[in-house]
Amino acid sequence: MNVVAKTETGRALGDAFAVVRDRLPGKGKIADQRRAAFEAYERAGLPHRRIEDWKYTDLRVLMREVLPLAPAPDVAALSRAAAAVKAHGIDDAVRLVLVDGAFAPDLSDLGKLEKGLSIRALREVLDGGDGALSEQAFTSDTTNPMIALNSAMATDGVVIEVANGTVLGKPLHVVHVASGAAPVAMFTRSLLRLGRDTGATLVESYLAAEGAKAYQAHDGLVVAIGDNARLDHVRFVEDTVDAFNISSATVTLGAHAHFNTFGMTTGGHVSRYELTVACAGEHSKVETNGVNLINGKQHADTTLFMDHAVPNCASREIFRAVVDDRAHSVFQGRIIVRPDAQKTDAKMMTRALLLSDDAEADNKPELEIFADDVTCGHGATTGALDESLLFYMRARGLPEKEAQALLIQAFVGEAIETIASDALREVAIATARRWLEARA
Amino acid sequence: MSLLEVKDLQVRVEEREILHGLSLTVNPGQVHAIMGPNGSGKSTLSHVIAGKPGYEVTGGQILFKGEDLLEMEPNERAARGVFLAFQYPVEIPGVTTWNFLHAALNAQRKARGEEEISSPAFLKKVREVAKSLNIPQDMLKRGVNVGFSGGEKKRNEILQMALFEPAVCILDEMDSGLDIDALRIAADGVNALRSPERAMVVITHYQRLLNYIVPDVVHVMSKGRVVKSGGKELALELEESGYAQFEDAA
Ligand SMILES: Nc1ncnc2c1ncn2[C@@H]1O[C@H](COP(=O)(O)OP(=O)(O)OP(=O)(O)O)[C@@H](O)[C@H]1O
Ligand SMILES: [Mg+2]
Repeated sequence: MNVVAKTETGRALGDAFAVVRDRLPGKGKIADQRRAAFEAYERAGLPHRRIEDWKYTDLRVLMREVLPLAPAPDVAALSRAAAAVKAHGIDDAVRLVLVDGAFAPDLSDLGKLEKGLSIRALREVLDGGDGALSEQAFTSDTTNPMIALNSAMATDGVVIEVANGTVLGKPLHVVHVASGAAPVAMFTRSLLRLGRDTGATLVESYLAAEGAKAYQAHDGLVVAIGDNARLDHVRFVEDTVDAFNISSATVTLGAHAHFNTFGMTTGGHVSRYELTVACAGEHSKVETNGVNLINGKQHADTTLFMDHAVPNCASREIFRAVVDDRAHSVFQGRIIVRPDAQKTDAKMMTRALLLSDDAEADNKPELEIFADDVTCGHGATTGALDESLLFYMRARGLPEKEAQALLIQAFVGEAIETIASDALREVAIATARRWLEARA
Repeated sequence: MSLLEVKDLQVRVEEREILHGLSLTVNPGQVHAIMGPNGSGKSTLSHVIAGKPGYEVTGGQILFKGEDLLEMEPNERAARGVFLAFQYPVEIPGVTTWNFLHAALNAQRKARGEEEISSPAFLKKVREVAKSLNIPQDMLKRGVNVGFSGGEKKRNEILQMALFEPAVCILDEMDSGLDIDALRIAADGVNALRSPERAMVVITHYQRLLNYIVPDVVHVMSKGRVVKSGGKELALELEESGYAQFEDAA
């Protein structure tokens, strides 16, 4: 067994957990789960580079400590958050806002929900003693210390249920806002349950109010997609460049289901997004795509685990990283095709563009195939912008930065175009454009 | 004042000297043809004029309207009116021809302190030029040169030239890859741009192009130098006797 010496920070967090434990929502079984999860976290401590999955994202070096839990937001915090949320609105969406890890009903659109849609705060669900739902929200993997820590500490989140046969007209927009200048940690856990024959669009944004500093956002999302249901999911990490965002999503699909997810990371000092997708029913389709646009000293890690357990499912991954200055982008993509999963069609393509000599990109695609009748493939490239293209464009009058911007837009465009919704695709394009303009 | 003046230009690529003191003076309204064997340095000259990185100018100078061209960024040269139609135009996937041309034209105008051109005005202008060059509209919606045939790429170069209205146009083998009809259309496009203020430098291997675009001056390049200059009859002479007679002169 790998015995890890406990650091000061580790002890401090243990003390913090002991203090808050009794104030965290959820009694009985949930409280037991939290305790077990915390113990699991404590056994491992902050993940470091000698753990294979964390090879490129050594939190002991990057993060050093887990900060104390954020206090519940006061009126001033809520109003700062409201301003930030307003600036990042998605047209015509049902907005659900979490401020400093607490659900903020006053900033959320809870009135006149579409028929078949139910939205509650996680705290309310846990305190209300809805055992089955609570447990589902906390289904998670205790082998990953950061998910375990999230299970132990989660204070709030949203629980969204879409009843069988409901196809939502409006996207759901979950906004995570950090409000304050004090460096604190937020732990949130959300659950989305799509019944059979449903359709929904979920957008998640991570951002900060004016003046927020050096916070840590820890989030976990659990998603269950029913038979013949479709979820479109778009995620924007726009945290401040001194913040941490350690998040996970655990998604299961029924039969004939479709999951299309796209993640864009432009913010955060250190971000890690661990996405686990399991096809549990046949004839399902998964598209997981993403773009990192990072610079300065940013570190952005997307780790994907695609689990094909049943036959006849298809998965596609298109990932693009644009890395400037001394930033570091990580993409790990593991596809497992279990022995029963015949006729699996899985493809993964990841490309990184390095804009400076000190920029770094690590791509780790892994295929583990235990079935024989499958079509699987992956490819990875890393390179700089093509000089001959740049010269051609400059010879036509485009200044260098503008020429680069057009090439970068084209490069990330291949991933962005997988977003199904026109409006959300435009948001992603605009986000990329803002990043490029800031660079010029 | 001459429009373009190349004086005793010496250029190295990767430690090897390619141009060994080349001189060329182009006046407004003139068409110059440059002919010469493969590897004599014609494209190198055109690249250095356009400002392609990777060439080391070890001697001489290039003046454009009396100003030192070598001091300017490639985009600055373009904005001031230097245009190169590439021998091998590149493909730019994901950037539509349409967007690219609009962005480039506006960048040039901005650099000159002119107002940007609106989308409708631009659309109208491109459509007219494309039509005159027999370029189908849907090509403009595709990525720049992506999947274009060799001839289509060349026509796209002429389209850009017509759009940007440069002061000096360097055409590097615009005739290669063009069929007979396309050659005539492209040459007509070039001729339409001839004006008393504008000059052209036409690099070619074939006298045939010069039947369409009739030059005022023909230069023979060999081994990195201009070894002979004359009138349009020099091109006919070359067609007869080839370059062997100049090998020694170089
Ligand atoms: N990047 C480079 N590295 C090394 N040598 C080069 C490079 N570019 C050009 N050269 C050399 O310089 C010489 C002149 O090349 P250039 O392309 O200018 O010839 P050209 O006259 O245009 O020939 P062609 O008629 O075949 O187009 C050739 O010997 C070529 O190999
Ligand atoms: Mg050439």
